Amino acid sequence: MSPMARTAPVPAATDPAIIRNFCIIAHIDHGKSTLADRMLQYTGVVQSRDMKAQYLDRMDIERERGITIKSQAVRMPWERDGVSYALNMIDTPGHVDFTYEVSRSLAACEGAVLLVDAAQGIEAQTLANLYLAMENNLTIIPVLNKIDLPAAQPEKYAAELASLIGGDPEDVLRVSGKTGAGVEALLDKIVHDLPAPQGDPNAPARAMIFDSVYDTYRGVVTYVRVVDGMLHPRERIQMMSTRATHELLEIGVSSPEPTPSKGLGVGEVGYLITGVKDVRQSKVGDTVTNLAKPASESLPGYADAKPMVFSGLYPLDGADYPVLRDALEKLMLNDAALVYEPETSAALGFGFRVGFLGLLHLEITRERLEREYNLALISTAPNVEYEVTLEDKKVVQVTNPSEYPTGKVAEVREPMVSATILAPNEFVGAIMELCQSRRGVLGGMDYLSEDRVEIRYRLPLAEIVFDFFDILKSKTRGYGSLDWKADGEQAADLVKVDIMLQGEQVDAFSAITHRDKAYAYGVMMTGKLRELIPRQQFEVPIQAAIGSRIIARESIRAIRKDVLAKCYGGDITRKRKLLEKQKEGKKRMKMVGTVEVPQEAFIAALTTDESKDKAKKK
Amino acid sequence: MPSVLPLGDPAPSDGLLPAQAAAGAADRAFGLYVHIPFCAVRCGYCDFNTYTATELGGGASQDAYAGTAVSEVDLAARVLTASGLPDRPLSTVFFGGGTPTLLPAEDLALILRAAISTWGIEDGAEVTTEANPDSVTPESLAVLKAAGFTRVSFGMQSAVPHVLKVLDRTHSPARVPQVVRWAREAGLAVSLDLIYGTPGESLDDWRLSLETALSYEPDHISAYALIVEDGTKLAAQIRRGQVPGIDDDDHAAKYELADQLITAAGLGWYEVSNWARTPEQACRHNLAYWRGDDWWGIGPGAHSHVGGVRWWNVKHPTAYAGRLGQGVSPAAGRETLDAETRNVERVMLAARLSGGLRIDSLGDAGRRQVAGLIADSLVEPTAAFRGTLVLTLKGRLLADAVVRRILPD
Repeated sequence: MSPMARTAPVPAATDPAIIRNFCIIAHIDHGKSTLADRMLQYTGVVQSRDMKAQYLDRMDIERERGITIKSQAVRMPWERDGVSYALNMIDTPGHVDFTYEVSRSLAACEGAVLLVDAAQGIEAQTLANLYLAMENNLTIIPVLNKIDLPAAQPEKYAAELASLIGGDPEDVLRVSGKTGAGVEALLDKIVHDLPAPQGDPNAPARAMIFDSVYDTYRGVVTYVRVVDGMLHPRERIQMMSTRATHELLEIGVSSPEPTPSKGLGVGEVGYLITGVKDVRQSKVGDTVTNLAKPASESLPGYADAKPMVFSGLYPLDGADYPVLRDALEKLMLNDAALVYEPETSAALGFGFRVGFLGLLHLEITRERLEREYNLALISTAPNVEYEVTLEDKKVVQVTNPSEYPTGKVAEVREPMVSATILAPNEFVGAIMELCQSRRGVLGGMDYLSEDRVEIRYRLPLAEIVFDFFDILKSKTRGYGSLDWKADGEQAADLVKVDIMLQGEQVDAFSAITHRDKAYAYGVMMTGKLRELIPRQQFEVPIQAAIGSRIIARESIRAIRKDVLAKCYGGDITRKRKLLEKQKEGKKRMKMVGTVEVPQEAFIAALTTDESKDKAKKK
Repeated sequence: MPSVLPLGDPAPSDGLLPAQAAAGAADRAFGLYVHIPFCAVRCGYCDFNTYTATELGGGASQDAYAGTAVSEVDLAARVLTASGLPDRPLSTVFFGGGTPTLLPAEDLALILRAAISTWGIEDGAEVTTEANPDSVTPESLAVLKAAGFTRVSFGMQSAVPHVLKVLDRTHSPARVPQVVRWAREAGLAVSLDLIYGTPGESLDDWRLSLETALSYEPDHISAYALIVEDGTKLAAQIRRGQVPGIDDDDHAAKYELADQLITAAGLGWYEVSNWARTPEQACRHNLAYWRGDDWWGIGPGAHSHVGGVRWWNVKHPTAYAGRLGQGVSPAAGRETLDAETRNVERVMLAARLSGGLRIDSLGDAGRRQVAGLIADSLVEPTAAFRGTLVLTLKGRLLADAVVRRILPD
């Protein structure tokens, strides 16, 4: 058994032969952060008394949700056979929305720890990331976690992992991040199995950015893996995609607190500080080189983050618009994937159309805005980007249903995804039924083990952004897992459904749907609004329409009584206070034409039942 | 009055009123309300401040209550004088409850005589007591008449036994015509109180109650929609699903029926829930509430108003009797209304009256609403052209919405 290293290798002077770069591939609740915590403790970089659960997850939201949104890298010393090694652990994000960031983290490593809950088996996203790692020729160390759980089935899942990566079930390590069992053996195995990084120390410097984080005090902190050459403090560096140049104010390693060094050499992982204020100047996947001796070719794999899902964000109180604007500006500093532009809604006032990588990204962003900036927000139903071609050949990109062109439409194209779903085989029927109902086309199906199946579908993205995952979870009693990636586009018979209150169109409720589902949407939304909008002094018809054709209708009957019957001496104070309260309530109403719509109605109408349940549980 | 007291400022122990109370007092009528906090049975819908006979002891007991009430009359006279209010004779007196007639008629007479000897009383003043049909006799009514009472308001509520049962009312419907006759024979004017919209009451049940009440030819009718107050037995029964809930559309239909039948019988509306055979027979005491006059409320939980100062007594009869026993004001809290709040109250209350609201007394924003209110059939056009805002039948049913429209934000 290896002891804690007595001397740690010094950054900038570390022989690549004693460096091991690895990441941990795991599903959200399979215990990655707990295992990482234990490694920090056993290697001595965090004293036991300073340990807080999930040390690396810095944001409150990350710690609360038990997920990692932004990755980080930590350098840990570990001694084996009398040699001190430098282990760089790159903590990857664990969710489907952040696949690109995951791929860049993987590209910074030589090996990956495939961590799977011994009671649950592998999940779709883990499998997708495993495939990514195998495509990158990473050495895989399969590990079952939570072996201390009574429900653990290590034999079963060891066999599953072995058959996935090709190997012997006996070689699957068994650990418990909670008790620490097997963690030292894992550190030893990382040293033993993973290849040392290769690179040319004399070539022009090339380092790949796998993360960049905005820090209030230090500006953008950029995390890199050096491939060739060396980076030194005070020299000028260049970002190869943008050609932007910066002075390297500080360079160092996280251990886990930032520690400046004299530089970073081949195979090393660390951080750079240049004083820039916006993560867009330090893009994930980009290559950093030395301006004085630039590399001619950048590292492969760089891509711009592309928003897939769009939603309107509006402050509940119109006066908060400037607060929302400032908050988005600040979030953007730390989130290169976030895009937004101002938009106006007749019903909701001034707000922003915001593009996200996916639904989780949307949810997290909204939650951060509400929590960190104390905003109350309405977010409109998420939608995707459509390409609408008019009969005059004009092409319009639509990210908001209210921008849908009114002219004669020749063709509408929508983004597609290829989705992978893993589940116990008893749910195959239910999953296929769900995917068919979402206009999916079956791509294939494989058994991972006797009773676990991988099902592949090609689906319109629009069909999975709203409630697909929640329904999948409930149809598979929580066992189903989903991964998806963008997969081109297709032409489809799509229409815009408008919702009208008293003949007045309410842009916030418009939706673009497949023609076959337009009626269901119209019935659902008009029904919901009938429940949510209080009765007015006149009858309010609610209609759903495609163009000028009404497809669903409801009506809110006029209110007939709004008077307190009794109002004697002792009632007067109470009645006056009630009146004041009612007048306050009236101020929180949004006027749609002459109809008073409570803001709560907008929120409720735009929320799925599933997500409402989730909100209640919190 | 509701049993939950409002939140207000603390009231001083000497009961003295702020200076504004006296301003303009000579132009305002002065009335007295006397709360009798006892009932034989507590009704399931009632959240008034009332107690059944055996609940209380000491100065709060039924036997001692008249004496305790008279001691507040003495305190009221001292406080008003010390606060700079002029001496004004009583123009109206109203005994409410609870069930005032649960006390011996002699006790009610004793309190009334003490008030009259303290302040005097105007010629032709209106003196009313509420009464339960169960708790009056020809003799007790004669005693009340002799003491100066002019009017009795019977809690008839409904003529339908299953409705009375849901309301926990114990009287037999057959007793109502009898007590009405006795009251007339004693020389008292008669008002009947009705409640509509009780769970389980059909439109025909309500029609029967109205027709029955009108057949007794009362001088005055009050008809209230049942309000389910939090904390009552009825609210709990509705919450548990044991009786159906309240339906505003049902209330509206029943109000329209009430107005139709009562008006056809020759009475006219003068307030949202009140009709009188002649304008003179309108309840002047209640009109004083709605017109912002002054009144002193005697009794636990009773509310008072003098010149824009509203206050309310401690709720529990024992605490109330204890305070008076120590010569301390029983006021629990009060509020001193500023000009804007007084205006809000004036609009809110006057809009409910057939006498209406002077349109030129509204702010610009409120006046601009009047055309829309006429267009929506909520306000009488002819009265509006003459400068007064008077609600239509539809407007009365939506009176609170009208008030919200004409009051400035």
